[in-house]
Amino acid sequence: MHGSWLRHPWLLGTVGVAVTVLLWGTITALGSVDPLFLPSPASVLQAGIAQGQAGLLWRDLAASVGRVFAGFGLSALVALPLGMAMGTNVVICRLLEPLMGLIRYMPAPAFIPLLIIYFGLGELPKVLLIFIGTLFFNSLMIMDAVKFVPPELVETALTLGGRRKQLLTKVIAPCIAPQVLDAYRINMAAAWNLVIVAELVAANEGLGKRISLAQRFLRTDEIFLGLIVIGLIGLMIDLGFRLLMRRSCAWAN
Amino acid sequence: MQLEVNQLSKCFGPVHRPNLVLDGISFGVKTGAFVALVGRSGSGKSTLLRLIAGLDQPTSGSVLMDGRPIQGPGPDRGMVFQKYSLYPWLSAAENVAFGMRLQGRSRADIRDRTHYFLDVVGLDKAGGLMPRQLSVGMQQRVAIARALAAEPKVLLLDEPFGALDIQIRESMQQFLHQLWQRTGLTAVLITHDLEEALLLAETVHVMAPSPGRIARSVNVQLDRSNLADLRLSRHFLEMREDLANGLRSLEPEQQL
Repeated sequence: MHGSWLRHPWLLGTVGVAVTVLLWGTITALGSVDPLFLPSPASVLQAGIAQGQAGLLWRDLAASVGRVFAGFGLSALVALPLGMAMGTNVVICRLLEPLMGLIRYMPAPAFIPLLIIYFGLGELPKVLLIFIGTLFFNSLMIMDAVKFVPPELVETALTLGGRRKQLLTKVIAPCIAPQVLDAYRINMAAAWNLVIVAELVAANEGLGKRISLAQRFLRTDEIFLGLIVIGLIGLMIDLGFRLLMRRSCAWAN
Repeated sequence: MQLEVNQLSKCFGPVHRPNLVLDGISFGVKTGAFVALVGRSGSGKSTLLRLIAGLDQPTSGSVLMDGRPIQGPGPDRGMVFQKYSLYPWLSAAENVAFGMRLQGRSRADIRDRTHYFLDVVGLDKAGGLMPRQLSVGMQQRVAIARALAAEPKVLLLDEPFGALDIQIRESMQQFLHQLWQRTGLTAVLITHDLEEALLLAETVHVMAPSPGRIARSVNVQLDRSNLADLRLSRHFLEMREDLANGLRSLEPEQQL
């Protein structure tokens, strides 16, 4: 018996999540673990409803998502021309690649003290942290995508009368579009890491701030809530990128 | 139109130990001519075609179009590569239109010519298909249509059927021959297949390897009304054998 619904690609994934939640509920219902360490799914849900009704959850969400979009959007915007320039121009590539390779290995959170000294505790240092934490990954991955554009595609355009600028816009850009979207999708995870780290250090609101406040009051249910919300939003952004990719780059699937 | 290749030489590698790949190649191509260059791999024939296309620079010598030295690649010399040259994100029709869009032709003009050239290569019904939905032979036809639509003075073909199965290759040879007769295009074909060169070209230059040079040039006058019969005719087979022997004698001594 292999019904078509059994083969649905999401089925096993859903089962995996459901089993985990069920196991979690069972363990807490049995009372074998102190609820201070492992709150029940119901209490986490209740914490969520309470924070939602108080408006806290939405304010935190807006703050964190806003920072991620601002920092990562800026990074994506700068990385695209930078990566394409590095991929097409040997001089720029040789000039920047070692430098980027070096900075890339410096953990972005280690820049937080500097950013706070330079820019204080406002939004700017958090946005900049995400920006520098993802810029080099984005740029290097886009550069690699450009380098893997088949030379025949570029040379065909040249023998058809294409000019340099047309090569960039008509051949290289559409050719690397799927890899660029994929690079953004993968590096978005790093942006989420960084926003939480920044908020743990210094912030008035945000999901990371909420988690660090919850720790102070031993509210593990709120910590769980924060973690789950962060995971869900990351998953939704991931799916969004996949959908965008399927819509705009159907040829690459 | 006259394409003139003049004492063309090309070295690769470091200056102090240059590797001579092409040595003093000269030949001409007149409007409407079909010229083939035959040689085994390593004879520098692909390098030669890239120099004519302007994709690489010669170490010495020159390529002249209508008496003027070429300055890099240009739409007067259309090129068809062996494989992987269709834009995978564009449909067959959009691929054909691609060169004309780069050249900034009017929309109506592009639409008419795309239609016309898809028809010429026998793919008028396949315009909406994406490259991966096409067979390798159909992909090459689209590539040829795309090159022709950009109105080149000469079509450069780099082993265009080298990646195809034997049956498809034979039908594509038939197709290219008919295309040449119908449209009066000017073509330079690079191939390692003597039969293909003799079937299609009026002039065949046989290239010798290390360094690449033209060892022998043959004018091929054949009755090409039926290629399938021609392949098996005694005269054709003798001619092919004669050239094949010549090619073999050009191989460097094998050291076992």
